[in-house]
Parts: sequence; C-alpha cells; structure tokens
Amino acid sequence: MIVVKTEVHALHSSDDITMVRQKVRKVMQEAGFSLVDQTKMVTAASELARNTVIHGGGGKVSINVVENDGHVGIQLIFSDKGPGIPDIDKALQDGFTTGDGLGLGLGGAKRLVHEFAIDSKVGQGTKVEIIRWR
Amino acid sequence: MEHIPILKVGDFLLVTIQVDMHDRLVMQLQDDVCQRVVKDKAKGVLIDISSLEVVDSFIGRMLGTIATMTKTLGAETVVVGMRPAVAITIVELGLKLENVHTALNVDRGIALLQSLVYQKDAMQ
Repeated sequence: MIVVKTEVHALHSSDDITMVRQKVRKVMQEAGFSLVDQTKMVTAASELARNTVIHGGGGKVSINVVENDGHVGIQLIFSDKGPGIPDIDKALQDGFTTGDGLGLGLGGAKRLVHEFAIDSKVGQGTKVEIIRWR
Repeated sequence: MEHIPILKVGDFLLVTIQVDMHDRLVMQLQDDVCQRVVKDKAKGVLIDISSLEVVDSFIGRMLGTIATMTKTLGAETVVVGMRPAVAITIVELGLKLENVHTALNVDRGIALLQSLVYQKDAMQ
C-alpha cells in the first residue's frame, strides 16, 4: 500500500470535528467515491474525531489517499496522547460509554469502514486507523 | 452566540437545519426548542434535516432527546427530510431513533404532526 497524498489537521475543539467532516468529504469527492461511501466515511470520521477531542484530550488526524494494487482508498489516522483505553474490547461494544454519548463511537465507526485498527496504551495515548476502499 | 432559527407556524414550530452543526450548536438547539415550545405553547415541532449531509451519534442523540423533552412538555416532534445516504449510514452505525417520529418530507411531516396532535386533543 502506498500513500499518494496526505494532509494532517489538529483536533482540539468541537469546531475541529466539523472541520474534519468537511476535509474528509472534500478528499473523498476528489477521489471519486460515491455519495453513500462519502457519508459513511465522514460519519465514522466525526465519531472518531469526537473521541480524540473529548476522551483523548485533543490530538491530530492524518487524511491519506492510498493505493493498493490499483485500488484507491482513503485512510484516516486519529492519534492522541490522552489517558488511553484500558479495555479495548469493552470500548468497542455498543452501549459502552464513559462520556455522555450513546456508546456507538468506536463500534459504530468500525462498522462503517473496510479496515479498522486500534492501538492504545494506558497513560500514553490512542491511535485509530480506518480505511474505506473505493 | 449562534442559533438555529425556529419559526412558529400556527400551533407548530418549524426548525430547518441548514448548516453543518458543531457540537455546541447541537446542544444550543436542544435548549432553544424546549424554551420555545413553552413560550409559544406549541403543540408540535417539525425538524427538517434535508440539508444535513451527516447525522452522527451526537446529532442522532440530540434528535432523540428533543423528541423526548418536547413530549414531556406535551408537544410532539417529527423529523423530516432525511437523505437516503444518511439513512443508510445511521442504520449501519447502529443509531435507532426509535422514539423519534419521521416523515419523508415537510408536507407529510405536517400531516403526521396534525394527526398526532389531533388524536391527543380528541382524547382530552
């Protein structure tokens, strides 16, 4: 897999969550994704960006256009240096929430994409990577 | 402070969301709708989301909360105009919107509100 294009944005406030939605939408439109694909990825991005801002205490997102054997995909990497997630399996379950959300953030985002990877260390931070292929 | 405009049409309040809302604006709308239901003695609230390109769990929760809060105050809420791509996405996301009345467009939403409110009025 090669990265064709990359952009990085800081995530610190609720305005940044809106900004990420717009940036991801634009990159996906330019890469020729369907409207449903765009909507799924933008929704996943919104959930994960909110996690980074609220639970991770802020961080950043890389928006990458990637290619693998001629297939085009969009990869998003959210990272923070927050408290980390002690029990990832539990955090992925629907209805699990430590904030005032619905507890659909992580699990919901995972269902909206083709590839999902999470790496979290307590006291060091969390990194979530998602990809949706065209 | 930014606000989403709320229009009074007869017994109903009409809320048309035309911007990509950041989280504070979502919370503000929740408060504003409740205040206006009481102030205007509204019997129903119609929320038009046809301009919304994304409904994530936060916005979905707000729609559910508004429906429950207005119901508690004695007014019904109907959400109209959801885009097909949004409907497909929220089902996969796992958002159920079980306690929210929905209709295809504003016309059908008004008709639904009238039937909900009229039924209730007839029982009283």
